[in-house]
Amino acid sequence: MLDGQNGVRECYAEVQSWVQRTGIAGLNRRLEEAEAIFRRIGITFAVYGEGGDPERLIPFDLLPRIFTAREWRTLDRGIRQRTRALNAFLHDVYHRGEIIRAGIIPSEIIYNNSAYKPEMVGFSPPGKVYSHIVGIDIVRTAPDRFEVLEDNCRTPSGVSYMLENRDIMTRMFPDLFAQGIVAPVDDYPAELLKSLKEVAPPACKGDPVVVVLTPGSLNSAYYEHSFLADLMGVELVEPMDLFVQDGRVWMKTTGGPTAVDVIYRRIDDEYLDPLAFNPDSLLGIPGIFNVYRNGGVTLCSAPGAGIADDKAVYTYVPDMIRFYLGEEPVLANIQTWQCAKANECAYVLEHLHELVAKEVHGSGGYGMLIGPKSTAQEIEAYAARIRANPSEFIAQPTLDLSTVPTLGPASVVERHADFRPYCLVGKQLRLVPGGLTRVALTEGSLVVNSSQGGGVKDTWVLQD
Amino acid sequence: MLSRTAENLYWMARYMERAESTARLLTMGQRMAILPGAHHRDEWRSVVRATGCEENFPADAHVRESEVVGYLMLDPENPSSIRSCLARARANGKSARTMLTQDMWEALNEGWRKLDSYDLAEARQQLPSLIDWVKTRAMTFRGAAESGQLRNEGHDFLRTGAALERAQMTLRLLDVKYYVLLPETEVIGGNRDHYQWTSVLHALSGSRAYHHVYGGAYTPWQITDFIMLNRLFPRSVAYCYDQLAYRLNRLAGWHDVRGKPHDTVQQMVAGLESIDSGEIFRRGLHETVQSGIASTDRLALEIAEAYHFG
Repeated sequence: MLDGQNGVRECYAEVQSWVQRTGIAGLNRRLEEAEAIFRRIGITFAVYGEGGDPERLIPFDLLPRIFTAREWRTLDRGIRQRTRALNAFLHDVYHRGEIIRAGIIPSEIIYNNSAYKPEMVGFSPPGKVYSHIVGIDIVRTAPDRFEVLEDNCRTPSGVSYMLENRDIMTRMFPDLFAQGIVAPVDDYPAELLKSLKEVAPPACKGDPVVVVLTPGSLNSAYYEHSFLADLMGVELVEPMDLFVQDGRVWMKTTGGPTAVDVIYRRIDDEYLDPLAFNPDSLLGIPGIFNVYRNGGVTLCSAPGAGIADDKAVYTYVPDMIRFYLGEEPVLANIQTWQCAKANECAYVLEHLHELVAKEVHGSGGYGMLIGPKSTAQEIEAYAARIRANPSEFIAQPTLDLSTVPTLGPASVVERHADFRPYCLVGKQLRLVPGGLTRVALTEGSLVVNSSQGGGVKDTWVLQD
Repeated sequence: MLSRTAENLYWMARYMERAESTARLLTMGQRMAILPGAHHRDEWRSVVRATGCEENFPADAHVRESEVVGYLMLDPENPSSIRSCLARARANGKSARTMLTQDMWEALNEGWRKLDSYDLAEARQQLPSLIDWVKTRAMTFRGAAESGQLRNEGHDFLRTGAALERAQMTLRLLDVKYYVLLPETEVIGGNRDHYQWTSVLHALSGSRAYHHVYGGAYTPWQITDFIMLNRLFPRSVAYCYDQLAYRLNRLAGWHDVRGKPHDTVQQMVAGLESIDSGEIFRRGLHETVQSGIASTDRLALEIAEAYHFG
């Protein structure tokens, strides 16, 4: 909220005066109301294996995070650019592998990667779209500089919070929105449905039947799955509701089997089809992958799309943008050292106390080391893991992240935050002006993941 | 619609209905237990018998209120306890979340863990208010569905489940009446009998309605007529059968297919249309009720089969 000279950034002026009018006690009262509403409507996420309340609220912060229209134009351009490059890359690595032939990405990073699915080689999904919902995690590192932390090409979650946070903010503070300066995000479900219908498979005749596939109501993101199915007006199915017959995928309905055209799946590749992938999986739909390859159904995202959001591949995304699009990247990557490379690995091991180290395949903030916050013992233990298996790790600098104003118990405090917008890919790209802002709730903490105690807040994109 | 979704909606409604019925039975138990001579009659046994849980209580001893309240209200191991019913209804609702309105979901979700925090002593002390709470939950849920849910087949499955559960509970309540309230040595229509019949009306929230229909006097024949055959009273067996027939008929319309449940429910409706309360007592109340319970059980199986449940 501050401009670096201890003044309030202009875009936050309205919010600041509202904070002053309402007072901290008033805001905290409102926060309790908001949490009661969240609890009542059931926006919860599950945290596995910790006991206690199995369905927890993600802490919600009342103060919005604000982007100006100018900032958003840059972000919008950068996100679309990255999304196009990632999908082009996916098509390439499952076909001719030009980027590898050109010597830009080493082949072992791709072909030895568990996220790479040889079963996809030579197959082109409808519209050549592999990742239909691309969630890109972005941080601001300087007033005019945004850098990408991570790409999510499989099933980025959290979009329900983008919509619910906005809903609750408009409910609680109608006067803040009355001036019409905040760009709306509520088109998202309609845009998602449009995008999904646009990638219907060749076998589809007529209006495509779209479903959302969830592992079930015990999944941590089940609320989001049902929320999206609900807002799109499509069936929310579990694997047991689907079966394969005569080259199509069918869902079991009260009136008998109904053909399904497009599946927005929120389950991992490994659990999709025991015949094609993990044979031990009890979750999947036997034979679905074969139907997919023969054009009977579209899976969103495509199996094997995870190779594009791998943390080792991430370092090459700026090169992908140059290679496939012939453009300069709008959004920078955060500097990343790859432990797979001997010289970079040596640097990482030497500087572990000042870096953030991550597992290449890790997610949700698990299995990472934040050097400056760790003890010598923890650092040594992590170093041993890196030495044992260097190619499984990367490291990044602990960033000088910007902070956003956040409601503390007694005053407005500054906390680190990141931002995840959601870019939809059908026949065209679609991006609603907003996304999910995640905020670290502990002073100085850089960890914003909900599984690690982070919170969320509404994100405003101001209109000109 | 997905068969799993239909099944979830159907069972969600059954569990909510069952939670409410069980709460009503607890009210009946309390009411009967304060009538003169209650101790000799083992009134709480009739309550557990009506819920189909009698085998969990010793056959040779008096069933105590505290046992019944613990078992039927709080016990997480008892799948029919109110606590279990509310949790199951919510789990069903969560699985069929996209078919529920926001209000329906809130009715299921709000306070669903409330009973976790009660111990038996507290629950007994606050029994009337807890019972009211359960009834309010069920009524809010029903009202939310009534006022907001799309009238698609999902709604018909929901109402089918509710009507079936309600028919079964009313029938079981009458069966209890036969067992506990009509001991062989008692003359039908005797004094004690009178109190007990009225307690059944109370359990069904039907005593006022009964007066409006029959004007004042309580007789077993009229009360049986009211509970079994009155088409205007929404907890009567005849009304529930009519509802089932109506809902199943609509479901047949959605799918353009009639099957076994449609034949069965027609027979059930026709069976009740052809008799009066005198006939019921000539055949035997117990026999009539038993055959009703058997029909609803069969109907439940046929519905599950016709619509490809689990």
